[in-house]
Amino acid sequence: MSNNNMMKNAVGRLVPDQINGEKVIPFKGVGKHVPEGRKYAPPIPTCADYPDDGNKLVSNLKEALVKAGLKDGMTISTHHHFRNGDLIANQVFDTAKELGVKNLRWFPSASFPCHEHLIQYLEDGTINRIEGSMNGPLGRFTSEGNMKGVGVLRSHGGRYQAVQDGEVHIDIAVIAAPAADAFGNANGVHGDAACGLLGFALADSQYADKVIMATDNLVPFPCIPWQIHGNYVDYTVKVDKIGISEKIVSGTTRITKSPDRLLIAEMTAKFCDKAGIVKDGFSFQAGAGGTSLAIGNFLADIMRNKGIKARFLRGGSNKYPVQMLEEGLVDYILDGQTFDLEGVRSMRDNPNHVNTSPFTSYNYHGKGNFASMVDVVFLGATEVDVNFNANVVTHSDGYLLHGIGGWQNCLFSKCTILPLPLFRDRIPVIKDEVTTICGPGELIDVIVTERGIAINPRRTDLIEKVKDSGLPLTTIEELKTEAEQICGVPAKPKIGDKVIAAIKWVDGTVIDVVRNIIKE
Amino acid sequence: MVKTVIVGNKGEGVRSDCAVTMEITDQGGHNIRLNSKVSTLFGEEIIQQAKSILHHFEIEHANVTIDDTGALGFVLAARLEAAIKKLIDTDKQYLPEIIPANTNETKRERFRFARLYLPGNTPRLMINAGLHSPDGVILDLEDAVAIDRKHEARYVVRNALRVVDFKGAERMVRINQIPKGLEDLDYVVPHHVNLVLVPKAESADQIIQVNERITRIQTESGSKHKIWLMPIIESTLGVEKAYEIATAADNIVAMAIGLEDYTADLFTRRTIEGEESDFARKRLVVACRAAKIQPIDSVFSDVSDMEGLRQTVRKSKSLGFDGMGCIHPRQIKVIKESFAPDEAEIEKAKKIVNAFHEATEKGLGVVSLGTKMIDPPVVKRAQKTINLAITLGIISKNWRDEYEQQ
Repeated sequence: MSNNNMMKNAVGRLVPDQINGEKVIPFKGVGKHVPEGRKYAPPIPTCADYPDDGNKLVSNLKEALVKAGLKDGMTISTHHHFRNGDLIANQVFDTAKELGVKNLRWFPSASFPCHEHLIQYLEDGTINRIEGSMNGPLGRFTSEGNMKGVGVLRSHGGRYQAVQDGEVHIDIAVIAAPAADAFGNANGVHGDAACGLLGFALADSQYADKVIMATDNLVPFPCIPWQIHGNYVDYTVKVDKIGISEKIVSGTTRITKSPDRLLIAEMTAKFCDKAGIVKDGFSFQAGAGGTSLAIGNFLADIMRNKGIKARFLRGGSNKYPVQMLEEGLVDYILDGQTFDLEGVRSMRDNPNHVNTSPFTSYNYHGKGNFASMVDVVFLGATEVDVNFNANVVTHSDGYLLHGIGGWQNCLFSKCTILPLPLFRDRIPVIKDEVTTICGPGELIDVIVTERGIAINPRRTDLIEKVKDSGLPLTTIEELKTEAEQICGVPAKPKIGDKVIAAIKWVDGTVIDVVRNIIKE
Repeated sequence: MVKTVIVGNKGEGVRSDCAVTMEITDQGGHNIRLNSKVSTLFGEEIIQQAKSILHHFEIEHANVTIDDTGALGFVLAARLEAAIKKLIDTDKQYLPEIIPANTNETKRERFRFARLYLPGNTPRLMINAGLHSPDGVILDLEDAVAIDRKHEARYVVRNALRVVDFKGAERMVRINQIPKGLEDLDYVVPHHVNLVLVPKAESADQIIQVNERITRIQTESGSKHKIWLMPIIESTLGVEKAYEIATAADNIVAMAIGLEDYTADLFTRRTIEGEESDFARKRLVVACRAAKIQPIDSVFSDVSDMEGLRQTVRKSKSLGFDGMGCIHPRQIKVIKESFAPDEAEIEKAKKIVNAFHEATEKGLGVVSLGTKMIDPPVVKRAQKTINLAITLGIISKNWRDEYEQQ
């Protein structure tokens, strides 16, 4: 990277002008980058090349990969609806290794600890780099400067944008499906590996040169519903087992029991109420974490008391949103990923529980998306700075341990709230400067901690609405001071100057980079 | 033979704490090994702190291992000091600077609806305890601390009294049973504890012993701040002597009942209905009211059953209790809400107090509502309800301005 020139972007971060040999556009500010040209399109296929009876079955994954033309330097994509129960991505690269293929780019919609298996291939050159989230062990490996190429992290919407705009050209997409027919139609609601939906594989199916559909639940044509259309699919493969069900969906999503987290959740719900957000027909998005679920529960209490309901709820679903849907507290769930069996059941059986995709919800290079229409969203962060810039990928010790997910895309909601503990063990969350900027402060409106609520000074409207609410309002500087009084002022980690990963903004520009950790 | 000591907590599920393994050697200086999840951010600070504490106790050579899960400075200091004091005899102490918020005194008549028990050797639970707005926090050296951890817990509790901001909650410590608990007082009295709970109280003499020890410590340390007492009645003998204990000293502000031990002492077991403890609870309320102190009920032990808790508090209030212990922060709100006067009570009290004021203003000696004469104790009780409602923010201080306009 030493030959690169560094450029300062609109949030003041230095980013190289090239990453993996490709030109970098530095982040210019929210909505400032104007895309040009036309969308990318895959080659035009012809039915003459495909069997008239619709049977695209080949005998195994290896045959499918060989037929798809797997070779050195290709980009292989997978989706993460199977989360830590995914059995396909590892097999794809086992096969690549067996075939002696090198220098691949893995382009998952997210990685999980189960993909630690792939570290050997990052080491031996089978895989050059990951462009997707690098969680847990893969993040540690990358952070210590061991990956050959530079990682690229994108939001869910940014991934769709990159594929649609032709920034990332997928050579082969391998789509694992809980149910599919031999033609390649597929869904996520039926079968032992049912995961709810397959929205993260949509871009891959539409834009990849070759698409392989793998399932352990081959049903006779037609596979209904067909969230992924077989018309995009080149080969279908039947495998013994596509995923480990109990690691795909949890049987037991639970609301947090931590009294401090519950306090934060209660304060967050109260804030929404006092700010006038909780009103008939409103919408919200909450994640599947324990605190988010608790916020949903407190909001449900407020809605019951007021006798109102929400029009729609966006986000990952599990039994708690499903209960709200079934109780009539919300008209629709617009679901991006399903976290438990109750969520899967509801999506399968309830027409008001609707699957979505990064295209409908998050793609910034579209004609609008759902995320910006949501009244209030609750998001996590590892760090926030005094200008409300936030980090969601690295920890304060400099390690890259999380993906962006839909986080950046959700920042466009009408009100973005980060409910966070002021410190985790001894590590303060609020800092002068975050380790990595993933979201600009102008889009982050409120920080709710157990020790007070700080509203972004830009949101004078919110400040005005809650000023007499009796809520414990404070400033972000005061929160930072309080945390440091309790914890002490943390030292800075020893960071090298090798860029190990780039953080893309939703429009494909680079908002920050992550550098290597120097191990002591 | 080098003696090795281990104090503190480590292992699965432990957070914001540390374990210290220490041995004093005769050469080699300070050999400190740190295993910490926050070593990148605080490693240097932790090692410096350990060194300065060793110097403070004039230990020049030692092997120290700190297994840290993000302990705050006061916890690290407590663990290190506890380890040192297992190895050497010294009168020295390593005291973190007391925060201004923790030097206040509390009033005799303040509310003690919800007091949160915090195990004395689990600092993680202390740090945010005040945020849940309990009326008091009880740093517990007694039942919540294992016998072999009593020593180290004293330093955690002492340091917490000095540096943890409990956000206005009354700082209470439950010492061990007398006579063993008398020694606990040395670790809390000079550090602005507001109230000491005396468990398994069975005689006035025990209370007198506690006060003698407090006086002695305060004379030696020169501190003068007020320390209240709350005996806990936990045995049949205690119940029989309730009034004697309640009036044993004039710094007793409340008396609590502990039902787990009491029911065992009765050769029965505790039930949800609680019939077995009916007499004891009523006896305690009567003794407290006669002694003009606050009667405090036992804890409700099922932390997941909020409805059960609510019903128990309602019963408790109807028996005459003024508060209850909590073993989980989520119980606090339910207890406070349930002890607070409800709308009907407040309305009735407003009528009575208003009638009283009107009668006074007119120079009448007798207060009446319609055709009914109101006795002075009734007025007094109504005034108490109003004061409570004002303090809890349910009604405004100037409620009569609006009331008269109605």
